[in-house]
Amino acid sequence: MSYLDKAALKVVGTRPIRPDGVDKVIGRASFGADMTMPGMLWGKVKRSPHAHARITKIDTSKAEKLNGVLAVVTAADFPNIPNEEAFVGEGPMNFRDLSRNCMARDKALYDGHAVAAVAATSSAIAEEAVDLIEVEYEVLPHVIDVEEAMADGAPLLHDDMFTQGIEPKPEKPSNVAKRITFTKGDIAKGFAEAELVIERKYSTQPVHQAYIEPHACVVSYGSDGQCTVFSSSQGQFMVRAYCAKLLGIDMANIRAIPAEIGGGFGGKTLVYLEPVALALSKKCGRPVKLVMSREEVFRGTGPAAGGVIEVKIGAKKSGRIVAAELVLKYQAGAFAGSPVGPGCMCAFAMYDLDNVHITGYDVVSNRPKVAAYRAPGAPNSSYGVESCVDELARELGIDPLALREMNAARDGTKTPYGPTLVNVGYIPTLEAAKNHEHYKTKLGPNQGRGVASGFWFNIGGESSASVHVNEDGTVAVVEGNPDIGGSRASMAMMAAEVLGIPYEKVRPVVGDTASIGFTFLTGGSRVTFATGMAVTQAAEKVVEQLKSRAAAIWDISPEAVEWKDGKAFPAGSNAGSFEPLSLADIAVKSGRTGGPITAEVSINAQGAGPGFATHICDVEVDRETGHVKILRYTAVQDVGRAIHPSYVEGQMQGGVTQGIGWALNEEYIYDKNGRLDNPGFLDYRVPVASDLPMIETVMVEVPNPRHPFGARGVGEVPIVPPMAAVANAIADAIGTRMRDLPMSPPKIRAALDEQEPPRLAAE
Amino acid sequence: MSKHHVTTTINGEPAEYLCEAQQTMLDVLRDELGLTGSKEGCSSGDCGACTIICDGNIVCSCLMLGVEAEGRDITTIEGIARGDELHPVQQKFLEHAALQCGFCTPGLIVAAKALLDTTLNPTEEEARYWLAGNLCRCTGYDKILRAVMDAASVMRAEAGR
Repeated sequence: MSYLDKAALKVVGTRPIRPDGVDKVIGRASFGADMTMPGMLWGKVKRSPHAHARITKIDTSKAEKLNGVLAVVTAADFPNIPNEEAFVGEGPMNFRDLSRNCMARDKALYDGHAVAAVAATSSAIAEEAVDLIEVEYEVLPHVIDVEEAMADGAPLLHDDMFTQGIEPKPEKPSNVAKRITFTKGDIAKGFAEAELVIERKYSTQPVHQAYIEPHACVVSYGSDGQCTVFSSSQGQFMVRAYCAKLLGIDMANIRAIPAEIGGGFGGKTLVYLEPVALALSKKCGRPVKLVMSREEVFRGTGPAAGGVIEVKIGAKKSGRIVAAELVLKYQAGAFAGSPVGPGCMCAFAMYDLDNVHITGYDVVSNRPKVAAYRAPGAPNSSYGVESCVDELARELGIDPLALREMNAARDGTKTPYGPTLVNVGYIPTLEAAKNHEHYKTKLGPNQGRGVASGFWFNIGGESSASVHVNEDGTVAVVEGNPDIGGSRASMAMMAAEVLGIPYEKVRPVVGDTASIGFTFLTGGSRVTFATGMAVTQAAEKVVEQLKSRAAAIWDISPEAVEWKDGKAFPAGSNAGSFEPLSLADIAVKSGRTGGPITAEVSINAQGAGPGFATHICDVEVDRETGHVKILRYTAVQDVGRAIHPSYVEGQMQGGVTQGIGWALNEEYIYDKNGRLDNPGFLDYRVPVASDLPMIETVMVEVPNPRHPFGARGVGEVPIVPPMAAVANAIADAIGTRMRDLPMSPPKIRAALDEQEPPRLAAE
Repeated sequence: MSKHHVTTTINGEPAEYLCEAQQTMLDVLRDELGLTGSKEGCSSGDCGACTIICDGNIVCSCLMLGVEAEGRDITTIEGIARGDELHPVQQKFLEHAALQCGFCTPGLIVAAKALLDTTLNPTEEEARYWLAGNLCRCTGYDKILRAVMDAASVMRAEAGR
């Protein structure tokens, strides 16, 4: 069934209080570190202080002898996993790499790489024991910068890494894991037709997802082989699959229970602690809690890829783009698998272009292995492209929104990576931005305005949901996706809408791996789309059962029953004359009409509509300090259909803020030995409340016909435009184009000094 | 190593506990007293997720030792609601959808409550600076500020009655 007629909706589109809300405002919600188990021990991970080193010896004997220590593990306690592409997680992943990322084997590949772990009766003893583990290293030359890692003669992280995507296979190993290319049309012909060519190089830094909750788990490996894993992650089924594979356990013997998750943004789509905690628990037969410190989160877990973005755009003087070329060099961290693929695919997806050539490089270096971060890959490449488009617009003297509209993707546009777009909501975002009052306001001195757009695919995938009618007429919804930003509310709302009952009568819960069918992790902006589809279908199946039960009570044919406003009615006068039966009326009789009323649906959802966004940013630059203040920010986005508008706005505002942090402040700073210098929130500065204005949102609704309510994913695309929007605003404010992120005060000051060299005091 | 005996008041109730000298107030709350509403986000006083009120002042409980609570009056997130009734800040956080993951929420609510204990007429800018020590990575602070300002207006109305 379809519920695309917005006017007919009673629940979807309203703003009820989320089902888990009270728990979270009174401190009752149970996050990863809040769980305890009887007899639980405290674990602690020992980490490499070297960026690149061969591990020649690990002596754990002193630690093992410390009173209160019950287990010590090293790589020797884990199976040596062969090279095998992983089928779980977001983005490319390899089981061998993941195993070695959880516990270094032979070599430590970055400062903070786990080399051993202990379990003890208190956290203080565990910390003491970690210091007693003696690791001998042969320190090796290291490399941090992406282009230095690509250069001939760079220190090699992996002797067996030969660049894929090059024919014939290279003879020498390299830090370049992969080269990929996308071609559409004839790039040389396109540039030959161009009347103006702009070629620029931009760079971004790896940044951390910086969820406020550090990674945490509490696990138990029973003597009967039954394992319980309670952890904060973006997917309990992902946790189960990785733990099973990395430790050689049957999936049936692992029950992974999702904790409330204190933010993830992609960074909790893989495991770090759970397999280590299980190995410790197996060794000592006691439950183990492992919680990272903030320093461990920064040093040991995946930041987003940063990289180099080389853009070349050729256009006619009219503004029509005739050729676009892009080279991306992305940081993968210590193991292959940067999101350079999606970076390539999203870069020009906003535009309808005939001639495109894109090359992407996936490059390893001595940094933590990157993890997904909100629209992984897209913010970097779009930062380059949307900055370059802005430079083009300024060069041509064309309004940047008009230039985008002239070249915009629309229904039928064939993307450079293959598919043809349908139900494209891009132009409506440009129109809404152009017509917004914000775009017409005047700016003062040292102020500037920038615009930028962004694209993200959004995904569907495997999802399960069940709907159970309780005997009193209330309803339980069980779904398989950890709720990271209010998705339980959306699930309950869609179920309530289909069943025709009040939202408050529906109670949604996130099930563990034994309580609901397989569900792919919370990522790719997929939950409201894919799992929402499963919930809707399960609720529809329940409605069919409710109609059958009413038919049985009335002794008429089920086809003669109609379901409306939460009640069964005879469908017309021929069906007979009966008083309507409510869901509660039918529920209380269910034992006598056929048993419990319940339905579970498992699907592989297809047809996630892509998301487009256009942002407007005003800044003011303090010429004395180089500080950039965000004066005003408006985010326009095609959201398909906002199921719970407040949480859609919240996704937009959160994505914008993370993008502002990426643009202005956030970066990893390494010393000359390859050690991270700023592994804390004091020196790695994420935006705080006083840095920001209100973030205005405009939700454009171009319904996605592949979803029963028209929903599109909304969580990721809002982080795609901000970096270029901020950069374009800064260029507008100071008249100098900055191309390297972050645009922190020292860099702004340097740019201003170049405009007007500082005079010495003596002069 | 012998433990220290501490007598204090937590959320209006008398409390006694034993703790080691190096244990932080946050460790005591979470691991000794089972009050896990206060969260550890950094243990360096930078994120505010562990914010409590100690003798009327907001404190990062990760920067306070458990033994320092002796004789003091401590309020944690578990003590903010007025019995079964949510504090206006809590209620407005729900109504404005001012939380996504909810991990920073306890600290923000405690800090915001302390602000409104100080003044019922904060400007938005004052509220932003008051809350600048509480990191939220999900919301961009927009809805949090709206919730706090709305709670202030509700409390002004209550105070005027």
